[in-house]
Amino acid sequence: MKIRVIVERRMSPVSTPYINEFDLDVEESANVISVLMEIRRNPVTVSGEKVAPVSFECSCLEEVCGACTMNINGKARQACSALVKDLGSKIYLSPLRKFPVLRDLIVDRKRIFEGLRRVKAWIPIDGTHGLGPGPKVSEKTQRIGYKLSRCMSCGVCMEACPQVNDRSNFIGPAVIAQVLLFNLHPTGAMIKEDRLEALMDEGGISECGNAQNCVKACPKQVPLTFSIAKLNRDTLFYSIKRLLDS
Amino acid sequence: MSSGCEVIVVGGGLAGLMATIVACENNLRVKLFTLLPAKRSHSVCAQGGINASVNTKGEGDSPEIHFYETVYGGDFLANQPPVKAMCENAPNIVYLLDRMGVMFNRTPEGFLDFRRFGGTQYHRTAFAGATTGQQILYALDEQVRRFESSGLVKKYTGWEFLRAVIDDDNICRGIVAGNIHTQEIEYFKADAVVIATGGLGMIFGKSTNSVICTGSAQSILYKQGVKYANGEFIQVHPTAIAGGDKLRLISESVRGEGGRIWTYKDGKPWYFLEEKYPKYGNLVPRDIASREIFNVCVNMGLGIDGKNQVYLDVTHIDRQTLEYKLGGVLEIYEKFMGEDPYTKPMKVFPAVHYTMGGLWVDYNQMTNIPGLFAAGECEYQYHGANRLGANSLLSCIHGGMVVGKKIPEYLKGLDKSCADIGENLFEREKKSVLSKFERYKSLKGKENPYHLHKELGELMTENVTVIRYNDKLKMTIEKIKELKERFNKIDILDNSDFGNQTLFYVNQLANMLDLALVITKGALLRNESRGSHYKPEFPQRDDENFLKTTIAIYDEKNDEPVISYEEVDTSLIKPVTRKYD
Repeated sequence: MKIRVIVERRMSPVSTPYINEFDLDVEESANVISVLMEIRRNPVTVSGEKVAPVSFECSCLEEVCGACTMNINGKARQACSALVKDLGSKIYLSPLRKFPVLRDLIVDRKRIFEGLRRVKAWIPIDGTHGLGPGPKVSEKTQRIGYKLSRCMSCGVCMEACPQVNDRSNFIGPAVIAQVLLFNLHPTGAMIKEDRLEALMDEGGISECGNAQNCVKACPKQVPLTFSIAKLNRDTLFYSIKRLLDS
Repeated sequence: MSSGCEVIVVGGGLAGLMATIVACENNLRVKLFTLLPAKRSHSVCAQGGINASVNTKGEGDSPEIHFYETVYGGDFLANQPPVKAMCENAPNIVYLLDRMGVMFNRTPEGFLDFRRFGGTQYHRTAFAGATTGQQILYALDEQVRRFESSGLVKKYTGWEFLRAVIDDDNICRGIVAGNIHTQEIEYFKADAVVIATGGLGMIFGKSTNSVICTGSAQSILYKQGVKYANGEFIQVHPTAIAGGDKLRLISESVRGEGGRIWTYKDGKPWYFLEEKYPKYGNLVPRDIASREIFNVCVNMGLGIDGKNQVYLDVTHIDRQTLEYKLGGVLEIYEKFMGEDPYTKPMKVFPAVHYTMGGLWVDYNQMTNIPGLFAAGECEYQYHGANRLGANSLLSCIHGGMVVGKKIPEYLKGLDKSCADIGENLFEREKKSVLSKFERYKSLKGKENPYHLHKELGELMTENVTVIRYNDKLKMTIEKIKELKERFNKIDILDNSDFGNQTLFYVNQLANMLDLALVITKGALLRNESRGSHYKPEFPQRDDENFLKTTIAIYDEKNDEPVISYEEVDTSLIKPVTRKYD
């Protein structure tokens, strides 16, 4: 099938963005990654100009690593699972807007990982030496935990969230949901107050404006708004408790 | 000789992260080099689970049986002592992951649940839905982030390994790496270097591997004098789905949970694996299942719709069970094939999946270069001629643990630190990488590097996978050499000096060509059939001549591998004929 691909490009973080358009004939089963691979093999624009191959990030191509996230026809999603036959004959590709662009479709998402560090998104184990099995976890808790732990830090929820913008340092829905994951684990709960404190800091949970875009945009159906609501209550109770204890 | 020592770990998958964690526990500072944020490493793709014989189902399973089945499944090519150590450590590893909060599936009583996998009759595989690799990778990534927070780990994300720094005493003193965005090339000193760079599926063009699995680091090291072992043993997974960009894995756990393989014969469903292998049925090891599917489709012409594909059927299993235990993998099928696997059988075909071969290491995970260690898929140690399903996550984590524990011992015996080595050595190594990259940048020929890679992939997939013939292997070697010639006439395509992906890709391509030669020459010279390596001209295993580890050493003068053989340590289990019927 014949398609036109319009790519918003930029050669470096500081250079001016511009547009390149490519005409391609691809198979019915093609996805946006195979389109970008084809452009890379033959980077000639509609006007016949030979240009530098379009840079893009990808790895697993199975929608589990989160690397190839970009805006496709205005919607943030993974390029590997965006099938051409569902996109129409014109495909507009641009980098995520809420993260600094490095080159072309590649952005730097390190603020997500910094967020995970801020909220101590880990289980504080004593060490890797043998201490026998972990605490028992009910099937019910596992089912919720598993849903939360499928978050691949792709950034789609932040792209969709109106509260993530130039004027705020909102930590974002993905990181908040990870707080719930670690707070519901028996060992993780031992430092749950640290995580709640981090969420009560500047750029924390109070920045959420309840637009609920995040949960609709998430490609892995992570229960983001459920997590935010739950942690809103937990931080509230915690702050009352802290007040009474002081 | 321990304070102030730096360790470099290259690779952010399970092996690299585990090595990092254990090194940090030993108070070593670690520089962690990864192409992508560690959370996006290829370990994320592992679906089915991780093996550990904890016998929670009352079946009488034990680490000894796990050990026996791993050696047997690998057709006796693995040195046995390290395999035994791995299987004995497996229960500890799964318990550790449990303590780290991995969301493993649970029994109604709240214990870890286990499922069946290939090459065993026991429920030995712990799992987190069908995204176990992702869940375990995240748990290790979180622990590393904890050490990053306390200042022991410094991450170099977006840096690619380009060369080891090896001094005149043949000791590894650091690495040269390049930033794939800024394109800066720099050297980094270390007293121990761990290579944990994963697989090499990209040599076969399309495989189940992530696009970052090029084997580039292993190839660079092989050309620097590191021994490469058992290169010809490439695992082809029986059940994958075709795509223009990659072949996507449909986990063995689908069969572990009751999925059945079939095609039509004489107008009726034919469950050919169950018929031929009544004891193991659909759960025969991967090499056997792949050969049978290949035979049914290619030789007998019985593929579904006349194409190279058979059915993998779970439609007889209830939806709730499927969603809870296999949701992640069925979602992949549905998303990419546009068909509902809950109600329609999936169409699958074998695809290149894993390399049993890799960098040669001793029982301490150290290569033949002191100070240079390797762990995970990039080394050769645990799987012999064929890997059993759900043993890869285990070998990555176990290997990483061994490295983390052995490095402090190595450092104690070291008489000079990298800090005592003059800058000249490092400058010299950096310069050699810089001049190589300058040469790539000047390439303005007619050949397109992406097309060359496609040709290599097709050549290797056609001739060096399920069925191997000596005349075709010889022809493949000639063709690879031609591709190496044509490489010198490529067009670099991109002259920009920021985020130039083609430049790094061209370097990987050169490395893939060299490693392709190692794989193919090893296959040509091994005149027998063992595990994943099958030659119709030599259909039997030949222990007398080939119960040996293949060793490839780079010969600079002729620019090709020299192959020799090493004895295999079979001191614990006497080799017997491998049968699954």
